[in-house]
Amino acid sequence: MTTEQLHDVRLHVNGSVHEVQVPARRLLSDALRHDCGLTGTHVGCEHGVCGACTVLVDGAPMRSCLMLAVSAVDAEITTVEGLTEDDGSLSPVQQAFSDCHGLQCGFCTPGFLTTITAGLRETPDPTEDEAREMIAGNLCRCTGYQNIVKSVLRAAEIEHERSDA
Amino acid sequence: MKPAPFAYLRPSSLEEALAALAGEQGAKVLAGGQSLVPLLNMRLAAPSMLIDINALPDLGHVRVAEDGVRVGALARHAEVLASSEAERAQPLLGMALRHVAHPTIRNRGTTVGSIVHADAAAEMPMVLRLLDGSVDVASVRGRRTIPAAELFAGPLESTLAHDEVAVEAFFPGLAPDAGVAFQEIARRHGDYALVGVAAHVETDGDAVTRASLGFVSVSDVPVVVDVTHALGDPAAKALAELDPADDIHASAAYRAHLVKVLAPRVLAAATDHARSRAGEATQP
Ligand SMILES: Cc1cc2nc3c(=O)[nH]c(=O)nc-3n(C[C@H](O)[C@H](O)[C@H](O)COP(=O)(O)OP(=O)(O)OC[C@H]3O[C@@H](n4cnc5c(N)ncnc54)[C@H](O)[C@@H]3O)c2cc1C
Ligand code: FES
Ligand code: FES
Repeated sequence: MTTEQLHDVRLHVNGSVHEVQVPARRLLSDALRHDCGLTGTHVGCEHGVCGACTVLVDGAPMRSCLMLAVSAVDAEITTVEGLTEDDGSLSPVQQAFSDCHGLQCGFCTPGFLTTITAGLRETPDPTEDEAREMIAGNLCRCTGYQNIVKSVLRAAEIEHERSDA
Repeated sequence: MKPAPFAYLRPSSLEEALAALAGEQGAKVLAGGQSLVPLLNMRLAAPSMLIDINALPDLGHVRVAEDGVRVGALARHAEVLASSEAERAQPLLGMALRHVAHPTIRNRGTTVGSIVHADAAAEMPMVLRLLDGSVDVASVRGRRTIPAAELFAGPLESTLAHDEVAVEAFFPGLAPDAGVAFQEIARRHGDYALVGVAAHVETDGDAVTRASLGFVSVSDVPVVVDVTHALGDPAAKALAELDPADDIHASAAYRAHLVKVLAPRVLAAATDHARSRAGEATQP
């Protein structure tokens, strides 16, 4: 067997640079988890359906299981670990999930948090319908979604409270 | 599941990409990866090399001109959808793109990639076909334009040669006295449609002078049916030409039923759209 060629890839994740050596077939999700040690990004289906692996690529939510690490070189990536405030406290969306019981087992949660963080930038005052639309591409097997919808609405409130303070 | 090994190139010029593609029989183009990477992950595809076109310059455009909308190979679904100019020139683009997957997938997947992937369950290949658009392709042998009517060869098979890269899709604009509409039934918004139907109607005064319907998920290739002379029962005309199939998502009979429900509805909506546009156009 020939050994597989490795590529030197410089990933920009949560404001830090990670120099990793990976085969071309390494998915971004696996590179984040195994090569960068950032295991907050979860992997469910690996075909784009469940949303657990969603990260922000230049601010826009994308499926890290459908990107190759070698193809992510020019991008600024934000994972769930990068959502906390500079002082380490919870971000508005994280705080809202805690307040509203928006998670149970937590497997889906990183994907929801990244997706909603970007969604609220685009729609800072979502209606309940808009909140549902925002999370329509993410699956959760535990919560029944009601508390996740509440968390979206609560996160919008917290964002406003914090920016007024 | 993980992809089988492959070689990887990330060219920074189109010439370099075309030369590499011509030189490697097992090579495939990687655009947004929203169809290709699932196939790799499930090992349904195992190319020897991927040629990643995401670093190529000048292919991210959504350009609106007199005659229609030109979409570059790196324009993401989300970018096409966000262009209000494109939506004004050809309203069917926005109507259909809202049903293409979820926003997160649309942030990465390209409209041109979706078209050349040639999935009969996808919205945009059908839209290009219904509007009589075209795709510009390039290879080391030169450039050519493939009309939509000649683009789809079979299930998930376009008529692009192995060494060709699609660089741009062209969607003709909507004439002032024409109208369009689109509706689909899916299990959940964002899923592939069980059945989707689009209509393109041209009018002259109160008369409908031309009407055609495009179908999603009821055939192996994107299909358009001319219903100009079947305005009273467009579904019967369409079903005579279509061949809905059973799969895990829906039975053939249910798909035929959905065609019967959607075809007249969408035809009526496109006719109203045409009349309201014609009305606006003649207002001082
Ligand atoms: C969960 C999920 C749901 C989805 N739902 C829908 C849906 O409802 N409707 C829908 O239409 N689509 C849906 N999609 C697919 C999505 O629209 C893809 O983005 C699109 O089909 C392919 O575009 P891409 O840029 O991602 O292409 P890629 O995945 O990169 O490529 C697809 C194929 O086209 C070839 N290719 C791509 N670009 C070029 C080019 N410029 N020149 C030559 N060959 C090229 C590739 O070699 C490959 O064979 C869904 C995808 C996922 C993951
Ligand atoms: S693991 Fe990426 S969408 Fe499920
Ligand atoms: S909290 Fe368990 S899957 Fe969502």
